[in-house]
Amino acid sequence: MYQYDTYDQAIVDARVEEFRDQVRRRLSGEMTEDQFKPLRLMNGLYLQLHAYMLRVAIPYGTLDSRQMHLLGHIARKYDRGYGHFTTRQNIQYNWIKLEECADLLAELAQVEMHAIQTSGNCIRNISSDQYAGAAADEVADPRPWAELLRQWSTFHPEFSYLPRKFKIAVIASPEDRAAMRLHDIGIELVKQDGVLGGRVFVGGGMGRTPMTAPEINPFVRAEDLLSYVEACLRVYNRYGRRDNIYKARIKILVHEIGADEYRRQVTQEFAHVKTLGIDPPLAEFDRISAFFAPPAFETVSDDIDRSDPDFAVWLDQNVKPHKQAGYAIVNISLKPIGGIPGDASADQIDVMADLAKQYSFDELRVTHAQNIVLPHVAKRDLYAVWQRLNVAELADANLDLISDIIACPGLDYCSLANARSIPVAQKIATRFADMERQRDLGELKLKISGCINACGHHHAGHIGILGVDRKGVENYQLTFGGSGAEDVSIGKIIGPGFSEDGVVDAVEKATEVYKSLREGDERFLDTYRRVGLEPFKEAIYG
Amino acid sequence: MVEFRYRTDEVNEQPSVTLDSFLDQSNSTAVRLEPDDDARALLPFLDRLALIEIAFPKYRDGRGYSSARILREAGYKGELRAQGDVLVDQIAFMRRCGFDSFAPEGSLNPADVDAAFARYDHVYQGAADAAVPVWKLRHG
Amino acid sequence: MKILTGNDLASGAVTWWTGQGWSIHVEDAADVGEQGEAILHAEEGARRVNAPYIIDAIATPEGPRPAHIKDRVRALGPTVRPDLTLKPADPTAGEWVI
Repeated sequence: MYQYDTYDQAIVDARVEEFRDQVRRRLSGEMTEDQFKPLRLMNGLYLQLHAYMLRVAIPYGTLDSRQMHLLGHIARKYDRGYGHFTTRQNIQYNWIKLEECADLLAELAQVEMHAIQTSGNCIRNISSDQYAGAAADEVADPRPWAELLRQWSTFHPEFSYLPRKFKIAVIASPEDRAAMRLHDIGIELVKQDGVLGGRVFVGGGMGRTPMTAPEINPFVRAEDLLSYVEACLRVYNRYGRRDNIYKARIKILVHEIGADEYRRQVTQEFAHVKTLGIDPPLAEFDRISAFFAPPAFETVSDDIDRSDPDFAVWLDQNVKPHKQAGYAIVNISLKPIGGIPGDASADQIDVMADLAKQYSFDELRVTHAQNIVLPHVAKRDLYAVWQRLNVAELADANLDLISDIIACPGLDYCSLANARSIPVAQKIATRFADMERQRDLGELKLKISGCINACGHHHAGHIGILGVDRKGVENYQLTFGGSGAEDVSIGKIIGPGFSEDGVVDAVEKATEVYKSLREGDERFLDTYRRVGLEPFKEAIYG
Repeated sequence: MVEFRYRTDEVNEQPSVTLDSFLDQSNSTAVRLEPDDDARALLPFLDRLALIEIAFPKYRDGRGYSSARILREAGYKGELRAQGDVLVDQIAFMRRCGFDSFAPEGSLNPADVDAAFARYDHVYQGAADAAVPVWKLRHG
Repeated sequence: MKILTGNDLASGAVTWWTGQGWSIHVEDAADVGEQGEAILHAEEGARRVNAPYIIDAIATPEGPRPAHIKDRVRALGPTVRPDLTLKPADPTAGEWVI
């Protein structure tokens, strides 16, 4: 875990006081809402349907038990006893008072946390692989690079008023667990002849014009990465469209001028930027890397007592292999059947913090699928962890199954939404409540957005659902064939939309078609890609 | 009107001309860049310019930040003025990008401006000002 | 009918214009007729409300019912958390929204 030094702390503390002053000026009337809005957004504060909402950054989804406990404390003291983990590995609180916000941020700063740049047309929280440091397939730990990017992007003077928001992901495995190619910049760390560098993709994203990012550079040397990213951003800041908010993301620029022309401009800009001395020296990288050194793993047995059948089911579904013998990665599902995807009560947050402290070298991760990970659990402790999770109603064994649904807050909370997302997620999960049925369907990523902005990643769902407003009535479109993983693709709309109950029925019919047509180990996505839309369409609309 | 100026030389009284008319054989020593003007068009002429004014018709349009840095990175030493929708909450970023004078359309409270410049003791990244990024401080 | 809604500046709470002031209960909302713009301008200027806007509503025996679902969600609270709405004891309150 990265730890602040006096410089980091001073910057975050100064931000709290700056925001306190901005709030004071708003409350006193020195600033209008029009003037205040972009300032509060730059610090993650929205005005949503019921109240102000605060988005707190969890850099690259990594946090320790002290920070997790504080998130629970904030839920109790400043909110209504819960928080919502998001697809960008952050947490949101739904019921924040403007007049208390600076005090809340001051408490966050005490545990090295903040809400800096969690909204606004600036570089947002850097996201990463939730299994970083634990996955057997990584070529390096991506988190030191994510931290370097975090520092570089924080209060970047040139890139704080970009044409539109800007999201960066860094991974280091061939398996993409972070939807890397659906980011404005996606970096996959790779090794070439033993030398570390980044494969850089630019211009991916979801929203109203979903695109997968083309590769802009197959190998940028590690020591050039920041300069290269700076060059990517400068070209975007100068030439990204500002005439139409819906065409302002970098994906539109890259698409309109073409990846080759964008690459040419970046190459030219990089040649210049590299002369400016932007990249920190190796010593700084080493300093940051030291915080992410592997924990003091013990030599422990690989044996697990599987005699409790419920435990064994959870083990097979939610626990993943670790690169260290005797250890495992535990996924905690925040998707109980009929629950609200990504929500956790303050008490549950505390339980997860305690488990991390006791069993996972004091580390937790937030996943873009809105679940929590304990990255380093000794196999001998798995049963004890499961028992504690079970008591806290956190032991649902549904990772990557149809009820492990990504859903945005939708019209229940969000002022941009056109339809509710959560009730649809609840109804689908309830329809498939029989766990054996879910396991039989296998990996099936279902993702729901309540509007075209696609916070619920519906474009990347094997099955995606988009809520729209049809003359004041909620209506739901279905898409099939999306993926946010290394086999990235954008889902396609299958036909006319459905009512809330109608879309649940249609999803069920789609799973039946899949079951009748699947071959071997095919997932829903594989079968769909092989047979195409027609058999599904026939069953659903026929 | 220039409300805040952080230079010791004389104010250039010559009115600034547009980029197009400057490039069209103007002898002017002052030029004004709109957000979509390419600052690099001025690079051959930096020696004879005393003032480059960069327009911010809307503060949310951040192209002027890149224009300013490009000019400073190319060695421009003359006055670099931010003009237009220049607000107290952006002024510190502008200064970091190389602006050394400010002509806001609305009036700014000098105490607020001073507070904005004094707010952060440290910066994470190098830019066009003299601030030393913390990674340099950390490693001497 | 036309009614006015917005949020309390300091707390963020959803509020409705009653004719005299702001209430958290949509039942208290008053028909503003053609006066909406003038009232919200004055009230926002005095910071008694934040980001106010005028909406259509239908008069019912129980009080005004906002025409659009978004404002009905605002009036009640999240349909997926009945315990956090203004009517936590009424399990059917969510039906009013749909």
